[in-house]
Amino acid sequence: MPQLLPDQTFYPSPKMAIQAPSEKFAYVALLNADPGAPDAMAVVDLDSSSANYSKIIHQLNMPNVGDELHHFGWNACSSCLCPYAPHPHMERRFLVVPGLRSSRIHILDTKPDPRRPKLFKVIEPEEVKRKSGYSRAHTSHCGPDGIYMNALGAVDGKGPGGIFVLDPQTFEIKGAWEADRGPQYLSYDFWWHLGHDTMITSEWGTPDMVENGANPELLLAGKYGHALHVWDLNKRRHQQVLEMGPEYQMALELRPAHDPTEAYGFVGVVTSLKDLSASVWLWYREGSNGNGSWKIRKVIEIPAEAADPELLPPLLKGFKAVPPFVTDINLSLDDRFLYVSCWGTGELRQYDVSDPFSPVQTESIRLGGIVRREPHPSEPEHKLNGGPQMVEVSRDGKRVFVTNSLYRAWDDQFYPDGIQGWLTMVNADQSGGMSTDGGFLVQTDGFRPHQVRLQGGDASSDSYCFA
Amino acid sequence: MNETTMSWAVLLGLGAFHGLNPGMGWLFAVALGMQERRRGAALSALLPLGLGHALAVGVAVVIALIAGVVIPINWLHWIVAGTLISLGVSRLVWHRHPRWASMRVNAGALTFWSFLMASAHGAGLMVVPVFLSLPMASAHCHAMAGSTMTLMNALLATMVHALGYLLVTAIIAVLVFEKIGVGVLRKAWFNLDLVWATTLLGTGLVCVFL
Repeated sequence: MPQLLPDQTFYPSPKMAIQAPSEKFAYVALLNADPGAPDAMAVVDLDSSSANYSKIIHQLNMPNVGDELHHFGWNACSSCLCPYAPHPHMERRFLVVPGLRSSRIHILDTKPDPRRPKLFKVIEPEEVKRKSGYSRAHTSHCGPDGIYMNALGAVDGKGPGGIFVLDPQTFEIKGAWEADRGPQYLSYDFWWHLGHDTMITSEWGTPDMVENGANPELLLAGKYGHALHVWDLNKRRHQQVLEMGPEYQMALELRPAHDPTEAYGFVGVVTSLKDLSASVWLWYREGSNGNGSWKIRKVIEIPAEAADPELLPPLLKGFKAVPPFVTDINLSLDDRFLYVSCWGTGELRQYDVSDPFSPVQTESIRLGGIVRREPHPSEPEHKLNGGPQMVEVSRDGKRVFVTNSLYRAWDDQFYPDGIQGWLTMVNADQSGGMSTDGGFLVQTDGFRPHQVRLQGGDASSDSYCFA
Repeated sequence: MNETTMSWAVLLGLGAFHGLNPGMGWLFAVALGMQERRRGAALSALLPLGLGHALAVGVAVVIALIAGVVIPINWLHWIVAGTLISLGVSRLVWHRHPRWASMRVNAGALTFWSFLMASAHGAGLMVVPVFLSLPMASAHCHAMAGSTMTLMNALLATMVHALGYLLVTAIIAVLVFEKIGVGVLRKAWFNLDLVWATTLLGTGLVCVFL
């Protein structure tokens, strides 16, 4: 059914999206702790006036086992208003949910009842592999001209990983995206600067480097990803490598400035081989006209914390320290606050990045952690395991949602007692500062939560073409 | 108003109607102004947009003229009508996602974009029946096609149409950039594709009876 007016969850600019009404519920990807049982998509009630507030009100099990739900996205979002390829009367309706291990893609329909999404279509792994040439589908973003998705590797489980495109109406896979990939081989995340026709991609490892757990030999040899790649979004060509150096291992989540006139963004780096510190780097384009070359520099460094080897998992005992492991970061829609998850030490940090070149830490909260096991304020006696991992920010920037699971094989290495899943909310102060909400803790028994998507959009679901 | 004056007015009005559609250019001009944070960037987008649109219309009209030399005019009407109706129907059921465009454009790329958008939406084709209804065009279509007179008329028709387009595009672009802001999109961007498809269909049907 064609829409008469644009989808009211589409906003031309991030400034306008900040004014959006508060979300009333969230979708949360759940990995089944039992590898022999299916993963699920949960719906969590966020309406504080509801009797079911902070509870899972619906759970949709996937039709197969072994998917490893991880990231997911929308079929359409604010980029539909982009002036060069406008189709504003699309609907934000379908969730595009890949299985990171299975390469199976699920399309969920959030109509007619958005609180009870239904399975609409399944693209089986064989079809994904045949049509895209890739496997282990990962991130999904709604682009102005289609649904973009990336994958960790090639069909055989080695490299290169890359990007492919789906038709936003039929969900047909239209094939690999790259016209010229240059030296790019590793893949993890991707996003773009629509105002600068530029795509950025990051590096983790190929499937055979990650699926059996973090490989210490590869890690110590600096074989995991340590660079970003800059692409011409329109010509689909590789332009530039932004090298951080092999000391820096695993460049994961990419958070470009939401303001389309800006040409900078942040990437989290999991660990440094030198001292187990974690870091956040800033990529930026030189020259006021945005025509210069791209550069990258470290703007945040978070040190490892000394720890009793008795309390450390086998992989870390020799280091006598717990690394922060920055596994996710998220940027508020006003480009002002950067949230940094330290999954190892169990910390969520908030930085004021008004000046992206010199972030100022404004707050830190502790939850879980490999050694610390900091309790949630609602249950002071209960030691939390896992740590802040995926972090999502509401459009108004006032609520931050945090889950604690990373990736099955890696969860088990760093939290050998198994991740007991939880999702919590953090209240953020618009002038800086934040605190864990004492009344909001969703414990997902038997499931490990990963990415959270908020009703109508959030700080990593949409991209904008107007400032 | 006699029939000829009417046709010229319709040409101008169709141009204005095309200019009204955010997907035909004014929104791109606003975005370019915002991207560079200056009005000049929005204004300098207008001429390439108008030129591209005029080219699309001109090409359609010239193709119709050339076709008019080899195809009897009454057949031509049927062909144009058939194309318009099928284009209208296809746009009713299917909305395509152009993949040729991007935000960083120079004047040439913008002209090309406007040309493609207008062509893909059947803007030029929509003008053809009106042009053919001009006495200068239709009456002399057989005998005089290719003659200076007819070509001049084709050029004039294209310019009148493009003028209507450019005026509306410029007014909306400046108003939105200076005063209203792009927030207006959320409330006022009616699904013109429906109107557009209906217009294509309607023009096709009218063409049958011309």
